[in-house]
Amino acid sequence: MQVPPPMAYFLQQLINGLVLGSIYGLIAIGYTMVYGIVGMINFAHGEIYMLGAFLALIAFVALSAIGLSSVPITLVIVLVVSVTFTAAWGWTVERVAYRPLRNSPRLAPLISAIGVSIFLQNFVQLTQGARSKAIQPFLRGGVTLYGGGDGAFAVTVSWLQIFIVVFTTVLMIGFTLLIARTSLGRAQRACSQDLKMASLLGIDVDKTISTTFVIGAALAAVAGMLVTLYYGVIDFFIGFLAGIKAFTAAVLGGIGSLPGAMLGGLLIGLIEAFWSGYAAAEYKDVAVYGILVLVLTVRPQGLLGRPAIEKV
Amino acid sequence: MLELTDVRSFYGAIEALKGVSIEVRQGEIVALIGANGAGKSTLLMTIFGSPRVRHGSINFLGQDISRLKTHEIARLGIAQAPEGRRVFPRLTVLENLKLGAILAPPANFDRNLARAYAMFPRLQERQGQRAGTLSGGEQQMLAIARALMSEPKLLLLDEPSLGLAPLIVRQIFAAIAEINREHGTTVLLVEQNAHQALKLANRAYVLVNGRIQSTGTGAELLASDEVREAYLGGAGHH
Ligand SMILES: Nc1ncnc2c1ncn2[C@@H]1O[C@H](COP(=O)(O)OP(=O)(O)O)[C@@H](O)[C@H]1O
Ligand SMILES: [Mg+2]
Repeated sequence: MQVPPPMAYFLQQLINGLVLGSIYGLIAIGYTMVYGIVGMINFAHGEIYMLGAFLALIAFVALSAIGLSSVPITLVIVLVVSVTFTAAWGWTVERVAYRPLRNSPRLAPLISAIGVSIFLQNFVQLTQGARSKAIQPFLRGGVTLYGGGDGAFAVTVSWLQIFIVVFTTVLMIGFTLLIARTSLGRAQRACSQDLKMASLLGIDVDKTISTTFVIGAALAAVAGMLVTLYYGVIDFFIGFLAGIKAFTAAVLGGIGSLPGAMLGGLLIGLIEAFWSGYAAAEYKDVAVYGILVLVLTVRPQGLLGRPAIEKV
Repeated sequence: MLELTDVRSFYGAIEALKGVSIEVRQGEIVALIGANGAGKSTLLMTIFGSPRVRHGSINFLGQDISRLKTHEIARLGIAQAPEGRRVFPRLTVLENLKLGAILAPPANFDRNLARAYAMFPRLQERQGQRAGTLSGGEQQMLAIARALMSEPKLLLLDEPSLGLAPLIVRQIFAAIAEINREHGTTVLLVEQNAHQALKLANRAYVLVNGRIQSTGTGAELLASDEVREAYLGGAGHH
């Protein structure tokens, strides 16, 4: 079967977009969950993702230094290390930057969140250096879907891309079931609708809020680990742009909506990939924000969000 | 069972309860009546620690609860169907009831659910529907049923008849009587519908401007000129 080059090129961008989009989606979930429960954007979230990426990198380097060669075992250990410590940082951010200021003017927790972000950024810069860090390519190779012979354009999916998309999909399905079916998820949704009523029913609201930050940070850590694997290079500043992109994804999908965050992440990944593939790559961010503005003009609540109603 | 002694609580600098003492005994229905803004809802929320007790004490089953957190107070066996019903609008009726049940032993869930549905068959018909799409009466039934799912020892009800059609009001009051009689649940009932509340209650308190103005049995207050003037639409009404 011979696929015409335009089609093959399209497929390649689609695959790239899916990979990028699933990573954005993972980060966006953290924004939307925290917003849903405390009504605030967690401006420390981008750096939480950056921390996840660095912890993954450090774990990788350490494991290869001791000569561990098994791919699955490496992945599991890196995942556990990155998720555990990043989740702990997410918990700390809530305790330090948000909880003490819960009844303060809304600007206060925003400023303290930016404060802990700057702290973390500088900490990573000081301990890891300002230059970007790389790991050895991991999980080489892939599948060539089409052609490549006769100088024709080849469509390839790397094992890593397949791993990222499959792993993220499984994680998102599991996470969706957790929120929809379990008592933890029910308590979480109850808290995001009416904190006071939830506490009247015996739900420990502080604990639920902590759990929300921890889950969001854990998912961001996974995203950070995947990015480290995917690009192989990270620096202490990656949290800023990824944070803004994922935040944009959450707003595009409808802030507060979990399916919205996943959809928004996917869309932004696809927009970036296709814009880079067909138009000027250096304007891909302009395209992303252009589409965000367009969507918000028509649907201010985002694609899957609920219309804002005045709280009484 | 529940005893408030000289309780004061504040919203910011505004004193909403100015030294309230009331008592609710095991098995009773106690009504709390008073005009809009008198502090009735504040009283029920203060029992739950929000706003906090700034002065005085609240004793429940021999324990001072005035320093506990809201969810800890709920765990001692107090439930509330609060003002405005506060059902979770985007959760289904059944999910709302499951949330009400988190403090009860899981083994009792099916039995408690069957009881709730027997009391309010409408809820069973609507169990898969989002609570926000229910009518006001149905939401009130859900709020009461949700509170009962925790098997509370003491049930606080805040204006359960507000804004409901007379037929539904009668249904709600019948349910309250049944809860008290069959389940043995003690009830503290806040109402503007003073006439019905006083008929149902063993004893009642009248709250005026953050203070208890008078107290007595339901029948005594029904007969009191002062109460009739203020809350029962004049002396001629009954
Ligand atoms: N959240 C609040 N913040 C500030 N003041 C409040 C709040 N809730 C009630 N109040 C004030 O406290 C007083 C008592 O209110 P409330 O307890 O709701 O009365 P009731 O339930 O008897 O109608 C009123 O003056 C009311 O305006
Ligand atoms: Mg009230």
